[in-house]
Amino acid sequence: MIYFDKVSKSYPDDSIALENVSFTIEPKEFVSIVGQSGAGKTTLLKMILAEERPSEGSVFFESANIHKLRPNELNNYRRRIGTVFQDFRLLPNKTAYENIAFAMEAAGRTEEEIAADVPHVLELVDLGRKMWNFPKELSGGEKQRVAIARAIVNQPDLIIADEPTGNLDPVNTFEIIQILKKINDLGTTVILTTHNKGVIDALGKRVITLDQGKIIRDDKNGGYVI
Amino acid sequence: MLLTKFKRIARSGWVNFWRNGSVSLASVLVMTVTLIIIASLLLSGALLSSTLNTIRQKVDITVYFVTNAPDDQILNIQKNLQALPEVAAVDYISSDDALAAFKARHINDAHTMTALSELDTNPLGSELTIKAKDPTQYAGIAQYLSSNNSLVNAPDGTPIIDKINYAQNKDAIDAINRIMASSRKLGLAVAIFFSLISILITFNTIRLAIYISREEIAVMRLVGASGQYIRGPFVIEGLLYGAASAAITLMLLYPVTLWLGPIGENLGTGINLFGYYLNHFVWIFFVVVGSGLAIGALSSYLAVKRYLKI
Repeated sequence: MIYFDKVSKSYPDDSIALENVSFTIEPKEFVSIVGQSGAGKTTLLKMILAEERPSEGSVFFESANIHKLRPNELNNYRRRIGTVFQDFRLLPNKTAYENIAFAMEAAGRTEEEIAADVPHVLELVDLGRKMWNFPKELSGGEKQRVAIARAIVNQPDLIIADEPTGNLDPVNTFEIIQILKKINDLGTTVILTTHNKGVIDALGKRVITLDQGKIIRDDKNGGYVI
Repeated sequence: MLLTKFKRIARSGWVNFWRNGSVSLASVLVMTVTLIIIASLLLSGALLSSTLNTIRQKVDITVYFVTNAPDDQILNIQKNLQALPEVAAVDYISSDDALAAFKARHINDAHTMTALSELDTNPLGSELTIKAKDPTQYAGIAQYLSSNNSLVNAPDGTPIIDKINYAQNKDAIDAINRIMASSRKLGLAVAIFFSLISILITFNTIRLAIYISREEIAVMRLVGASGQYIRGPFVIEGLLYGAASAAITLMLLYPVTLWLGPIGENLGTGINLFGYYLNHFVWIFFVVVGSGLAIGALSSYLAVKRYLKI
């Protein structure tokens, strides 16, 4: 599904974020990417989202080189990916309902679909009663659940979760990971980056370990080893 | 689908405008100042134009005739002058009227009045007061009179014109012409300068308002929203800033011109600003609303463009 072909990324100040990285992610896989701060995890995710371009090498989604997509194709491609971030990145002036509706509107869904799906997906993340609250009225865990609801509402092929539990307490961390696992069980590919050893060890899924921009481990049922 | 998209963009723009209350208020106030400057430039342009017009109307030249100049020849000159395309009006003042006006002017001047009563005859000749359509044309009119001998000489060849006061008025007329020409240029330069400055300030205010939203724009990008779909609500917000500011500006102009109207009139500008505002409301409305909408929409459009590059 995703193929990194000898991807390197260096910046004008000669710092290297990724160096000769190659790996493949199959459909329906749950892959965790771990590494210390500055190891290149976020750069790698940004490459998949086409927020960053590789200095060398290519990134493919199915058979398409994602850095050669035209603006229109790029919008369509991004609609096939759901993203969840450590800082939630909700639209502050929109309610929980409107945040999720926005992603559906952007994907060109009808008013009827929006009216039916948004409450449903908010129920799935157990936030039905906070539908009309603004992000500032929600706790960290609730915000992250809204972000997950937004990520899954368009039934994406891939969920990218960049340290989604970084700002959460252990109870919320557990709940968010359970939601991500459930999404994966239903057939969506999930890529997760985290610093949380407990999360990785409990998942028992594939782990790619990065160090100074290079892949140093890629274990099928790995744990957090740095 | 296009209609649905437009409805969503319009709704989103309105909701953002309403919920970003303080940012919207700041932008609207700054834009109101800009629109007030633009409207003031319109009004001061009218004021300047009217003042110059009033001054222009006060400029004339007078032809003084010798005391024995025959009336029919003077009236013939008047007819000839009236036929000139550059002449606006020619008034005939008979020697009796001239004397009456002279007496009225010097009623408190005992020496002059005594000297006048000593004379047996009226010492003043008839006069023609000439108003040109444009002050620059007085030189040509004076030239016409002094060069046209058959018209201005008696049958015996003696001139019937005593003097033309163009020579005395020439400096004043030239000065007025220069002032009028440079006031127009200066007025235009000031208008362009202030408009540009205030448009730039508004543009930067809206840019700052959108700068606050740059992360939101990035999130919209990441959920796959098209550039048009992201930019649309901001442009609607810009249009709303423009519409709100224009409404405030037009409302403020009503009491301000009402207050300034009589003051300006008393200063001899020849115009009542309030009357001008009411009579030209449709034009002022289109300029103020049009400028507000154009500045608002364009500023937003250009400001968002910068943050769409991901």
